[in-house]
Amino acid sequence: MREKSWKYIVTFHTTTAAMAFEKLCEAKAVPGRLIPVPKEISSGCGLAWCVDFESANLIDDLIREENPSYNSADKVWH
Amino acid sequence: MIYLDNAATTFKKPVNVIEAINHALTSYGNSGRGAHKASLDSGRMIYETREKISSFFGSSDPSKVIFTSNATEGLNIVLFGLFKSGDHVISTVTEHNSVLRPLYKMEKERGLSLDFVGIDECGRLKYNEFEEYIRPNTRAIVVNHISNVSGEIADIEYISKIAGANNLYLIVDASQSAGSIDIDMEKMGIDILCFTGHKALFGPGGTGGIVLNKDIIIDTFKVGGSGVQSFNKEQPGEYPTRLEAGTLNIMGIAGLGAGIDFINEVGIKNIHKKEMYLLKRLYEGTVDIEGIRYYMDCDELKKPSENIWHGSILSMNIEGIHSGDFADCLGQDYDIATRAGAHCAPLIHEAFKTKETGMVRFSFSYFNTEEEIDTAIKAIKEIVK
Repeated sequence: MREKSWKYIVTFHTTTAAMAFEKLCEAKAVPGRLIPVPKEISSGCGLAWCVDFESANLIDDLIREENPSYNSADKVWH
Repeated sequence: MIYLDNAATTFKKPVNVIEAINHALTSYGNSGRGAHKASLDSGRMIYETREKISSFFGSSDPSKVIFTSNATEGLNIVLFGLFKSGDHVISTVTEHNSVLRPLYKMEKERGLSLDFVGIDECGRLKYNEFEEYIRPNTRAIVVNHISNVSGEIADIEYISKIAGANNLYLIVDASQSAGSIDIDMEKMGIDILCFTGHKALFGPGGTGGIVLNKDIIIDTFKVGGSGVQSFNKEQPGEYPTRLEAGTLNIMGIAGLGAGIDFINEVGIKNIHKKEMYLLKRLYEGTVDIEGIRYYMDCDELKKPSENIWHGSILSMNIEGIHSGDFADCLGQDYDIATRAGAHCAPLIHEAFKTKETGMVRFSFSYFNTEEEIDTAIKAIKEIVK
């Protein structure tokens, strides 16, 4: 298994919102990728956006400026 | 075969639609059911198609594009999900059974009350009736954008002003108009648009959708797999998942998106202009036939093709010939496909007094040619001899 590290994880209510977030990140050159929702956040299924925690400020800026649809953004040991 | 039944479904599809479906069949997994490449690529294509549809119809939120299997399903979801016991709904006699039957069912089971705006002898709506029918409990106006029988285009902007002034939802059945003429939901004041993918949008059968242009809560009609919130006992409430339980028609949606790409590339105005040219050619080639009757405002056809404002439909009857026999001769003797009968739209046939005879409907596509129309004219003339 991969070594764990601190990540910044964004979750969504729908797959559509996850896809929209991915497209927004690509357009704004914000790093990260879609992963299955980590068990540390939820035991359900679905997609989450994952970046190294060092980039959390980029995600926070993006959310503040673009107001995308999302559920939560959390620091997670993953 | 000369295919002039495009109002039923477009027979010839653009090559890029076929390629997109083939690509989807060989490349995509199930959207939202995993985080691997095949699943994500599927989700990306579906999201991009939502964006295309939202933009194509002048709506602003791709998450409020809900995929359905056709317009009938979309209309059923919207009508059954919106109206409650005691509501009053205004609709029109131009509606297809995809609107009428849900309304009649709710009239019987929920006590819904209904009024239907009539038409004149050319198939134009009697617009003054919309306001006359409004009551305190009226919830919505449901209107067919283009009649699948007469081809008449409803003045949606006019109707939306009445709906807006009276706080009514405006629900538009765009089965015949989506892909045929420009639709801008925001500009036209449409709250809910239901469309099918397999007609003028050139998608495959089994595609269609609902587009919401405002925050409207529509009751769920099916619940189940969503790929998210698995331990929630209820269907997620957010759109589009709220109304999209189960695996989507991934291959169909890929084809639908490609159909919209084709229309955007050619230009919807160019497509409509060509279809009006073909319609006018058929009209001019048959107008001298004794006993022929059309079901539209034929003065419209005196305009240049680019100015004709009509759906890609010319319905006709010839005195003394039943529409079924007429269409059967065209099909069997000339290999020309048309649609005879009542076209699933009983009230408009009652209004035109064609309940017994039906009509023969010729409907056009961008892929039809002048030569095909000329062959059809020759065939019609031989049949009436």
